[in-house]
Amino acid sequence: MPRPGFVLDVDRSTPPMLFWHGERFSLERLPADRSRVIYPAEPHPGLRDVRAEIRRAIAEPLDSEPLAELLNPDMKLTICFDDVSLSLPKMRRPDVRQLIVEAVLTEAAAAGVDDVHIIAALGLHRRMHDHELRHVLGDRVVDSFASSGHLYQHDAEDPDNLTVIGTTDHGEVVEINRRVAESDLVVYANVNQVAMDGGWKSLVTGVASYRCLSHHHNPQSLENTRSLMDRHHSALHHSIWRMGSVLRDHGPRVFQIETTINTDAFPSPFDFLSKREWEWTARDRASYLATSKSLDRTPTRISRRIFHSIKAPYAVTGVNAGFTETVHERTLAEVYRQHVVEVEGQTDILTMGIPFICPYNPDSVMNPILVMCMGLGYMFNMYRGRPLVREGGVIIMTHPTYREFDPAHHPSYIDFFDEVLADTTDPHEMSVKWERKYAEDEWYRHLYRTQNAYHGVHPFYAWYWGAHGRAWASRVIIVGGHPDTVRRLGFTPASTMTDAFELASDVVGTRPTITHLHVPSVLVADVR
Amino acid sequence: MTPDRFQLQRVLGTTERAVRFAMKPLAGMGFPLRAPTTPRGVIVPDQPDTLGAAYDTEWARRPVATISRSLIVNGPLRLAVGVLTRPRVSGLDRLSALENGDDTMPVVFAANHESHLDTAILIHAIPRCWRRELVVAAAADYFFDRRWKAASASLALNAVPIDRHQTGRRSAETFRGLLDDGYSILIYPEGGRSPDGWAQEFRGGAAYLAQRAGAPIIPIYLEGSGAIWGKGARRFVPGRTQVVFGEPIMPDADMSSRKVAARLGSDVARLADEATSSWWEATQRFARGSTPSLSGPETTSWRRSWALHERRRRTKSGRPRPRPEWPHLS
Repeated sequence: MPRPGFVLDVDRSTPPMLFWHGERFSLERLPADRSRVIYPAEPHPGLRDVRAEIRRAIAEPLDSEPLAELLNPDMKLTICFDDVSLSLPKMRRPDVRQLIVEAVLTEAAAAGVDDVHIIAALGLHRRMHDHELRHVLGDRVVDSFASSGHLYQHDAEDPDNLTVIGTTDHGEVVEINRRVAESDLVVYANVNQVAMDGGWKSLVTGVASYRCLSHHHNPQSLENTRSLMDRHHSALHHSIWRMGSVLRDHGPRVFQIETTINTDAFPSPFDFLSKREWEWTARDRASYLATSKSLDRTPTRISRRIFHSIKAPYAVTGVNAGFTETVHERTLAEVYRQHVVEVEGQTDILTMGIPFICPYNPDSVMNPILVMCMGLGYMFNMYRGRPLVREGGVIIMTHPTYREFDPAHHPSYIDFFDEVLADTTDPHEMSVKWERKYAEDEWYRHLYRTQNAYHGVHPFYAWYWGAHGRAWASRVIIVGGHPDTVRRLGFTPASTMTDAFELASDVVGTRPTITHLHVPSVLVADVR
Repeated sequence: MTPDRFQLQRVLGTTERAVRFAMKPLAGMGFPLRAPTTPRGVIVPDQPDTLGAAYDTEWARRPVATISRSLIVNGPLRLAVGVLTRPRVSGLDRLSALENGDDTMPVVFAANHESHLDTAILIHAIPRCWRRELVVAAAADYFFDRRWKAASASLALNAVPIDRHQTGRRSAETFRGLLDDGYSILIYPEGGRSPDGWAQEFRGGAAYLAQRAGAPIIPIYLEGSGAIWGKGARRFVPGRTQVVFGEPIMPDADMSSRKVAARLGSDVARLADEATSSWWEATQRFARGSTPSLSGPETTSWRRSWALHERRRRTKSGRPRPRPEWPHLS
């Protein structure tokens, strides 16, 4: 039985805590008697036979007829799947999406369905490389469908293949992929790593246009999203659910298949990452020393390649299929069962180590904008109820924050950093002044549609993602970051954790309470 | 001819005569230097047979033999497989539910059989967690009829004799014991190599063994080895091979061995279809019940051969075909 997550009160005998520092690690000692560390639960055991569980889920769906009864030979069937932004790190083969797609296709073959399209629901994310498609879907599906053009990636900038299916009562236009809209049945293969994923968000963002996405991916929505991990208190999710209602009433029949995975993110050489520091064995300590000392002497380019080559031993903990909303409630219950840690009260300072990866840089560089997005967008939002840090508190992150970009994947991020952030770091101001220019730039559009670049507007969305955290905290300090780069982000650089606490004392006094979010495992703090 | 050559011939001739002279006394000698003949009218009591299906391979699973085999398998055998057959392996992800680190469930691997190379190819294609404790069911009347052949097969391949004409109690008990001890089995349900490249009927032995031991059967389709060194071939013709692993067939006490064998045959045929077309097309044909037969068209031999050639062309396996050379136009 895995141990649940818990909150450790730091005392004098507490060992130093592990912090991610991009492609490196560090051990930092937190002040005794006023610090606490939130540890996630240990990984839950996975299902023994995932294929059998998928077959069971599609044969006994929730609030829907079995998949076999929804299939007929003359129909248009479209299968959509989550893109490479899930899971992080990528899971070992076979990816659960492959198992789902193969199970659905087997049913489709039995029913004599010939008109099948498979679409990567990537929204405004970059197109997946061939090896990524093969990793996610497996060679069998790719070899069967790619050459005939029936496996492709959604293009949010293709006017001929987008269609409006309706408008919400808030005036939000629901514009999605034409093939999806005109299908008799859409099956969605989802991986739920955190509570933010899944539900209507899968389709409404995955196969939508920029016009459709801009209704909820904006500073107003994201500042009122309390939090991303709590869809019932998230303006972003409210907008998406309104669009989902339009899709339900006026769009194609949707059969959602959602899966949950556990938190076993790193293979055995990195066991120490998910262990509690005082439980490190001699072997763990040796692994840590060997790994961290080696990484300190390894060029970042190589250590990045090492980390991105990691394949996580995630296990699938649940499979649910059927009507989107019913399925998603089950999924959320399973995700919360694994992730929620009860925490009493807020804190003055929230510390967090930023890892080498976020949803927008698989096999790529964690550029400064993504550091902000990961820290203030994702990790700050890992709460339910109230944020871990009090309003006006300080957030301290550790990351090298190098001024480095991947020109193939993130071309518009480079200009965003040089042009937009030099002008303003305020999400509202940049949204009015700059967003449209980037969104409608022909070169970015060309790179998004034909190469492997994120959409031109994507750095704005990454920045908006952190809007709530940015507005909430009065100061953000990055320890070990490149000073000029950190300042360009509007944050304060610090050389050491002690310096960071010293800098924070201007805002929170000399004896602030401190909470450390222990990653890499995912957790959602239920703050009372 | 130069004088040196004359001298060499003279030396060789002298040596040959000396050897013949030295062997002359033995040629005329019989027992005890030769095996005794049996007098007429005397019934010699049967000695317990230690060859064939009765050959005891226990020694080949002891540590010294295991280490030796590891050196053979990972040295010359791996080199030979890589150079001669260049296998492309797919479908291993279908086995993920059975893999569990050190606690991996023993299974029965059942493959079609075209060549003596098949075992070497499959030993390297099978995931390491099963390969460590893998025995190969080998024909008792072919690989275990001479002591040196039996010892070689046992040492190099961890072969265990199986009577291919009938699954006797002894073979069944041996293999069940091995499965209980955690060994997985590689077996060829056809009972021998294909005579013409098309598969023969799948017999029930593999299904019977798996049913008795409650072990999953993993169907494997192997393509191309017959063209490299098929039955009757005198030399190797290096080429490419393809190995496709299928969905495990889980043991079901309610199913007869005959039904399991039929399911195994149809699964391998589906894998063959997958290898020659695409997974989706093969799945659709399987659903319609129109999967091409593994044993080829029921027609004349030359047309069977023609069809086989066409299938190998589609899978890009077997012998490499010469690239067309365009004339140089200057």
